[in-house]
Amino acid sequence: MNKITGHYSHAYDDELNEAVDRLIRMGALVGEQLQDAIKAFIKGDRELASQVIQTDRKVNAQEIDIEEHCLDIIARRQPTAIDLRLIVGVLKSINDVERIGDQAEHIAKQLLDEDCQRPTDAQLEDIDMMGDKVLNMLQQALLSFQRMDPALALDVLKQDRLVDHDYGRILRHNLTYMLEDTRQITRGLHLIWVARALERIGDHAQNICEFSIFITKGRNVSHLTEDEVDAVVHDKV
Amino acid sequence: MKTNSTLKMKAENVRVFYGANEAIKGIDMNVYQNEVLAFIGPSGCGKSTFLRCLNRMNDTIDQCRVTGLIELDGQDMYDPRLDVVQLRAQIGMVFQKPNPFPKSIYDNIAYGPKLHGLASKKSELDDIVESSLQKAGLWKEVKDRLDQPGTGLSGGQQQRLCIARTIAVSPEVILMDEPCSALDPIATSIIEELIDELKANYTIVMVTHNMQQAARVSDRTAFFHMGEMIEIGSTTEMFTKPNNKRTEDYITGRYG
Ligand SMILES: Nc1ncnc2c1ncn2[C@@H]1O[C@H](COP(=O)(O)OP(=O)(O)OP(=O)(O)O)[C@@H](O)[C@H]1O
Ligand SMILES: [Mg+2]
Repeated sequence: MNKITGHYSHAYDDELNEAVDRLIRMGALVGEQLQDAIKAFIKGDRELASQVIQTDRKVNAQEIDIEEHCLDIIARRQPTAIDLRLIVGVLKSINDVERIGDQAEHIAKQLLDEDCQRPTDAQLEDIDMMGDKVLNMLQQALLSFQRMDPALALDVLKQDRLVDHDYGRILRHNLTYMLEDTRQITRGLHLIWVARALERIGDHAQNICEFSIFITKGRNVSHLTEDEVDAVVHDKV
Repeated sequence: MKTNSTLKMKAENVRVFYGANEAIKGIDMNVYQNEVLAFIGPSGCGKSTFLRCLNRMNDTIDQCRVTGLIELDGQDMYDPRLDVVQLRAQIGMVFQKPNPFPKSIYDNIAYGPKLHGLASKKSELDDIVESSLQKAGLWKEVKDRLDQPGTGLSGGQQQRLCIARTIAVSPEVILMDEPCSALDPIATSIIEELIDELKANYTIVMVTHNMQQAARVSDRTAFFHMGEMIEIGSTTEMFTKPNNKRTEDYITGRYG
């Protein structure tokens, strides 16, 4: 783990590390929430789904707490250079982590909202696989942030294409079913919404990776092509 | 912040020796017209020494030897034929400790213009005194006590008096060596605001130990370390993404 060190003020080191640690903890909580949401949807576990929804409050509280911690650092330390980028990166990342939590909640609600036909095993299998990919992206995104590892962040950015591909596939499959048999529309829509939520989570994980690259490399890569980001990460620009 | 691209001063391979000790080890630098350029760096790195090269103040120090080239508007400043008094009128200097003469506020300002023959009549001198105090943001506070001693003003007022005194001889460049280090935050803000206004008409090079001050007032920042200039560039860039590890360590408060 790449701890922030070297300031004349050790307390300042600690405060910056604390900001990252709290982000990682919040990310871990949301990761669990997402995992539970997917599990609840696949197993049809309503009890677990309501827990997922309740977790939201904890996530929100953590977000506010981290924001206050960062504001405190800005006010008292006036961070510069990499420290400034770190604080900005944390402040922006918590927003994405919080939105991932919202999407997890959204997935859980697909189960609670409607009393409809259960998806088929094959359909659930699709969601399960897509969910694994997205969870993995989130975990790696947080790890890249924690370790300040831009190469790992780049790797996550590249994975997003697979998730987008999964979403397109699930969308097409379900549309076909829905067109053939209108009784399947509700179920199809739920599946599409879940897949859509997962796809969005992939985007948020991507954002977190972009912030971690911003911190280490000092470049905003959010509107660059994959090759351009690659060049930034490997100092070829 | 965009900077003007007209070259005002240029330094090439400047070295300064105090006896055998090389305090400045070959610095190249461009100073552009109407910019505020800040020098930062740890104590003893040579900021004041280099700043003093820019108006030949080092000439007054025995044992001090300057080599290399320094130009003002394309003219070699160390040309022996150059009139140093005239040069100092073109390049004014404000010091760390406000140092008004032990004379009246009026005389503090009038001294330079008289010396340089800038005013032939009393009324002209009055005008220079008033406009200089206006530009330094001090007029309103002192206009009714111009005959009182400059040393009776507060520290912040004294520093603005020194700035007015510098402005009075119509310089093109103003050098400031830690102009706010003896001032409280409010007096500091007033000087910073003043610097911001002055740059419309002057080129300003300042040394500061307060990095947030460099960040607030300068267009470009130069980082000095052990007699070398490690990095120079846009202040925003310097404070968000410096190119050099030593710069980053210094401005983020890290030991290298
Ligand atoms: N008059 C002098 N005679 C001999 N050596 C000097 C003289 N003035 C400065 N030096 C030396 O030159 C080096 C640079 O000093 P300088 O005063 O330029 O540093 P500085 O960056 O302005 O430091 P500070 O931030 O403390 O004002 C130091 O090693 C100092 O000891
Ligand atoms: Mg000095």
